[in-house]
Amino acid sequence: MDYFAQQLINGLVLGSIYGLIAIGYTMVYGIVGMINFAHGDIFMIGGFIALITFLILVSIGLTVVPVILLIVLLVSMAVTALYGWTIERIAYRPLRHSFRLAPMLSAIGMSFVLTNYSQVAQGARVKPVPPIITGGYTLHEGAGGFAVRLSNVQIIVVITTIVLLAIFTYLVARTRFGRDMRACEQDQTMASLLGVDVDRTISMTFVIGAALAAVAGMMYLLYYGLVDFFMGFVAGIKAFTAAVLGGIGSLPGAMLGGLLIGLIETLWAAYFSTEYKDVAAFSILIVVLIFLPTGLLGRPEVEKV
Amino acid sequence: MAVAANAAHAKVARGPDLAFTFKKALISALVALVLFSLMIGVRTEAGPSGQLIYWTRFGDLAIMVAVVFGGSIVVELLRAWWGPVDTIRIVTPGTTKALAVARRAIAPVLLIFTFLVPVIFYDQRYILDLGILVLTYVMLGWGLNVVVGLAGLLDLGYVAFYAVGAYSYALLATNFGLSFWICLPLAGILAAFFGVLLGFPVLRLRGDYLAIVTLAFGEIIRLVIINWQDLTGGPNGVSGIPRPTFFGIPLSPGDDGLAARLGIEFSPTHRIVFLFYLILALALLTNWVTIRLRALPIGRAWEALREDEVACRALGINTTTTKLTAFATGAMFAGFAGSFFATRQGFISPESFTFQESALVLAIVVLGGLGSQLGVALAALTMIGGFELFRGLEQYRMLVFGFAMVLLMIWRPRGLIGHRAPTVFLNHQTTISADIVEEARQ
Repeated sequence: MDYFAQQLINGLVLGSIYGLIAIGYTMVYGIVGMINFAHGDIFMIGGFIALITFLILVSIGLTVVPVILLIVLLVSMAVTALYGWTIERIAYRPLRHSFRLAPMLSAIGMSFVLTNYSQVAQGARVKPVPPIITGGYTLHEGAGGFAVRLSNVQIIVVITTIVLLAIFTYLVARTRFGRDMRACEQDQTMASLLGVDVDRTISMTFVIGAALAAVAGMMYLLYYGLVDFFMGFVAGIKAFTAAVLGGIGSLPGAMLGGLLIGLIETLWAAYFSTEYKDVAAFSILIVVLIFLPTGLLGRPEVEKV
Repeated sequence: MAVAANAAHAKVARGPDLAFTFKKALISALVALVLFSLMIGVRTEAGPSGQLIYWTRFGDLAIMVAVVFGGSIVVELLRAWWGPVDTIRIVTPGTTKALAVARRAIAPVLLIFTFLVPVIFYDQRYILDLGILVLTYVMLGWGLNVVVGLAGLLDLGYVAFYAVGAYSYALLATNFGLSFWICLPLAGILAAFFGVLLGFPVLRLRGDYLAIVTLAFGEIIRLVIINWQDLTGGPNGVSGIPRPTFFGIPLSPGDDGLAARLGIEFSPTHRIVFLFYLILALALLTNWVTIRLRALPIGRAWEALREDEVACRALGINTTTTKLTAFATGAMFAGFAGSFFATRQGFISPESFTFQESALVLAIVVLGGLGSQLGVALAALTMIGGFELFRGLEQYRMLVFGFAMVLLMIWRPRGLIGHRAPTVFLNHQTTISADIVEEARQ
């Protein structure tokens, strides 16, 4: 039981990271209707930016951990958001009215560019960082010496996710931008006729998605203590799987899907085999889609005749 | 449109707005400065004690920013010079006629040239190897074209079937000693079986859901190959795969080899030439079958499915069999190509069957213009040939390739050849430009 509780905690933490990335996928899909294949790599870039910022801050003698974390968070969000904006400008905007395979292939090309760009810029080896946040709590001292632990990193990851989700939900539900975004999701032509700046709204969507992916990258760095140039691909497909599982286009669905994928993966690794955890995640995706073709919280697709 | 691009165009006098250009370039340079400041300006590396160290590279950063600034000005000037907005393009009737003749001649000329490649470049092993590589991708492209181009089913896991074909041949040949000519159909059948296996769950899905499930399927196959060590050798792959024989006669220097039997001097090039014609034959088989199938009810059902699934069902076309046959046919050709790949390399490992390969083949099909056989062949030549040009710059190769993919999509989103000929026509065949065909809903 203790073992299960521990795995549950680990799964939820991993799931929140996936959920943060999945929101970016789901938002972009909702508004432009394309799979942004480069999104996983944006997450990776976010991790790298966080790592480099952290190194610089430590080397100039900053020691107060909360201040370091706050600066790292802000810098990585800002720079990664600019990456998201630039990519949209270069690779997707010229293809907005093109046929639907073109932006997807452009995104795949962009994903290759980002992966290899960070390999060229930062080298192919894994970058380890010493644990920045240590310590934690023992929740339950079980029999046989196994204790359920909740580390401070895990608390920070989950709290950051919850806070960001709250801000983000507010943004979409209450602000001008959120209204514009939902209007564009419904009908871009109509929205532009009613005075919504569609280009700007789409750009902002990419910016916010990239910023959230950067947070996920930073959390990954804190939690696992490493980044490498190739981590975007697998995390990207997992997060996309999460978005589809939750029903693509649905924001709560993305978070739910992220948590489910995180849990499934962790529990499978704990009880069955580590090697096949990704196989399990993808197989469950296929099974869910057979029975719920629009995901868990997705709206049923309307067939236009 | 392809015609217009090549023709002379009337230039409209309009000077480039220098102040605007300069301002735009300045903004680009600023953005580049922020983007590259940390990733390029600071280099991290794990030091000898495992601790991360970093050093700065402001010189490289400055160069990158300067390149972006200069590049932005050049792009802006080119744009002002070409001016797509208020340019009138004039195409003379002579040019149109010449282009039509060239278009009809290009396929036979290309085919004859391909047949002659081993004769012309007999001494140049590199060109022969490159030719084999290009032809492998032509075959893969034609195979995927059945699924994506004809049936309109977006498949991101195509390389899985290629892997199934390669591993079936490798395992059958190394474990049971079966010959290439027995394994080739077996590999095709096995891959087709996997195609049907994938087809069943995705029958109800469309568009992007289909894409992600095929991607997941491709990954599952790759992960199983990596982790099922007892059968597949895991990450180490399978080695010692037998070389193909000339219908039972080995292409070896020994007394029973083909060279000895024919009474000519043995040369390792014979095998390369044989492989070249083998893959050419396989590719042409793919092409022939595809063209023949397109004229049959099943091929027409594929094209109808691509155009409108709902209308298809209304007309009483069985979409289940239509989709399954498309997946199975495409997969079978990938299986053939896979077993050819295994026998050519003599060694296979999971590394050859990554998502990158699927994306490459898909890019070839889309770039070639969905459904156009000639387009796919030309796209394979362009992509693989272009890719080879950067062989020396291993690190930068994928970077350039990715950029090329983005730029090609922006430049020609409809593909290089960008047209598809209707299979069924009344009285005489007319060419429909892809730009005016309404996009198929998937």
